[in-house]
Amino acid sequence: MLELTIKGSKRYTIWVLILLAVIGVGMGTYLWQFQEGLGITGLSRDVSWGFYIAQLTFLVGVAASAVMVVLPYYLHNYKAFGRVTILGEFLAIPSVLMCLLFVLVDLGQPMRMLNVIFYPTPRSVLFWDMVVLNGYLFLNLIIGWNVLEAERNQVAPPKWVKPLIYLSIPWAVSIHTVTAFLYAGLPGRGFWMTAIMAPRFLSSAFAAGPSLLILLCLLIRKISKFDPGREQIQSLAKIVTYAIMLNVFFLLCEVFTVFYSQIPEHMDHFKYLFVGLKGHGALIPWMWTSMSLMVFAIIMLLIPSVRRNEKTLAIACVAIFIGTWIDKGLGLISAGFVPNPLHHVNEYIPTVPEIMITIGVYAIGALVLTLLYKMAISIKEEVAAA
Amino acid sequence: MEKSRRSFLKIAGVAALGLGAKPAIDVLAAGGGTQEPEPALVRGPQAMTAQQWAMVIDTRKLKTSGDLEPLIEACHKIHNVPKMPKKNHEIKWIWEDEYGHVFPNLHAEFVDESVEHRPFLALCNHCENPPCVRVCPTQATFKNSQGIVTMDMHRCIGCRFCMAACPYGARSFNFFNPEPYIEHVNKEYPRRMKGVVEKCNFCAERLAVGKMPACVEASNGAMAFGDLYDPESEVREWIRSNYTIRRKQNLGTSPSVYYII
Repeated sequence: MLELTIKGSKRYTIWVLILLAVIGVGMGTYLWQFQEGLGITGLSRDVSWGFYIAQLTFLVGVAASAVMVVLPYYLHNYKAFGRVTILGEFLAIPSVLMCLLFVLVDLGQPMRMLNVIFYPTPRSVLFWDMVVLNGYLFLNLIIGWNVLEAERNQVAPPKWVKPLIYLSIPWAVSIHTVTAFLYAGLPGRGFWMTAIMAPRFLSSAFAAGPSLLILLCLLIRKISKFDPGREQIQSLAKIVTYAIMLNVFFLLCEVFTVFYSQIPEHMDHFKYLFVGLKGHGALIPWMWTSMSLMVFAIIMLLIPSVRRNEKTLAIACVAIFIGTWIDKGLGLISAGFVPNPLHHVNEYIPTVPEIMITIGVYAIGALVLTLLYKMAISIKEEVAAA
Repeated sequence: MEKSRRSFLKIAGVAALGLGAKPAIDVLAAGGGTQEPEPALVRGPQAMTAQQWAMVIDTRKLKTSGDLEPLIEACHKIHNVPKMPKKNHEIKWIWEDEYGHVFPNLHAEFVDESVEHRPFLALCNHCENPPCVRVCPTQATFKNSQGIVTMDMHRCIGCRFCMAACPYGARSFNFFNPEPYIEHVNKEYPRRMKGVVEKCNFCAERLAVGKMPACVEASNGAMAFGDLYDPESEVREWIRSNYTIRRKQNLGTSPSVYYII
């Protein structure tokens, strides 16, 4: 099936070349970081995780796109999603791949990465994160590949794939839960020490992932002969509507607990994000933008006519994607470190090389997504033509 | 590299650290494989041992920054701690801060004047229940047989999970190669490379040859050091006869550094 990724339209070739160029720049910058050390980033003794780990946190959510189409199709026999399960699975693969790459570029000694396997440590949540992320990557690769190949040959997928599909559903929940546990179990980090962290990760994931999937479906319809389907897009839109409302609800639960209890260790981080702390507040405009985008999207999606119109639906999806990205990819990680355990305020702002490496990793994800989607769509077109 | 690491281990008598150093030895064993005999774990004749090493700082005797400076210097000099040019990349094993920052949960608007202006020492607490050890995915940071939370610099992958987990901000990361920023290299103690985390080790390498930690030695009797579980030890004597507090005791980490206020 890989041969389908080699030949394509001129537009396709140019897009792939652009991505390769961006990846080249990102890789070059990474080599510099590899040579010099993480000092070329904006990270510091106080804010020791930043942009890279935040992207991991956000992209774990995007990977949830798969389960939101797989679950209704396989567990509820919702036939319409049969057409798009492959798109969900093939979006999950580059998302998880990017997660793993972001962990890699964040390591101080990446050459020793395999120590996590040589000295397996079950009490460390990072060990489990490695297990669930890799597991989810391979599950989606194996499932997606086999189901697509069967579709191409117009036969039923092999029987052994079914149990793997069922396994992939709880597994999807595990990647968010375990990633949330990276943060939620740390004493002395009041911002993250909340039992609702994992549910928040799930809700934002089920909003961000399917939002991106809707946008991709609309794009595919425009640039290929394959139409993912109006009903499919509308069903995804309903999932997104519930998920984004839950996400904002969970956040408000957090705000209540933190501010009604008035415990400074928990309050200070929220204050830093939304109103500033001791004169520092680099993220204030971002956080309010994020909140506004999410509320704006909820209002839009709740109006049936707006949701049914694919143009306005697309706008809501973009708003959700950006809103949840700011929340997870910008605010959540650095705010956990500000103020620091000794209650000093040292802010974090990513540097240009750090952003270039980040864009490079995103370009790798976009390239893998492009190749996988090209393969899947070519086969869909091939089957439709036959 | 392999060779020098090995000879360092022999000379400095890290073997004397006892079973706590086992992970470091394992790393060597995995890398070896030639005719050379395996390094053996033998405690040196002068080695001091404890079930849980602990420290008591009598803050009444350390009144000014000038009192703290020599003992911070002693530590950083002996352990090849670099002076990084940027504050973001600062590396410190033991440092000075105000009461309200060292004990943020005890911070109050109105406190005893002498306490308010007194400088306080902050360092790794060598917790009995250390969160940094719990989260390390490679066991590069571990609690040795003497209760010291220490590190295997050759195993650390630089993920910095321990830095997120430590509630005391005791850990530093080598954002760059520290080598050029070490003023006077002490060849008796290893230097670090870029990309690894480091912190106070309660002078495990000195205890192994019968010496007190550098800061304690330089403190002119303002600090006591000993076995927390030996009722006759100096630390127990100080704790028995003075009211002491520990940092963020409510987190259940059980810090081994006590402060007399």
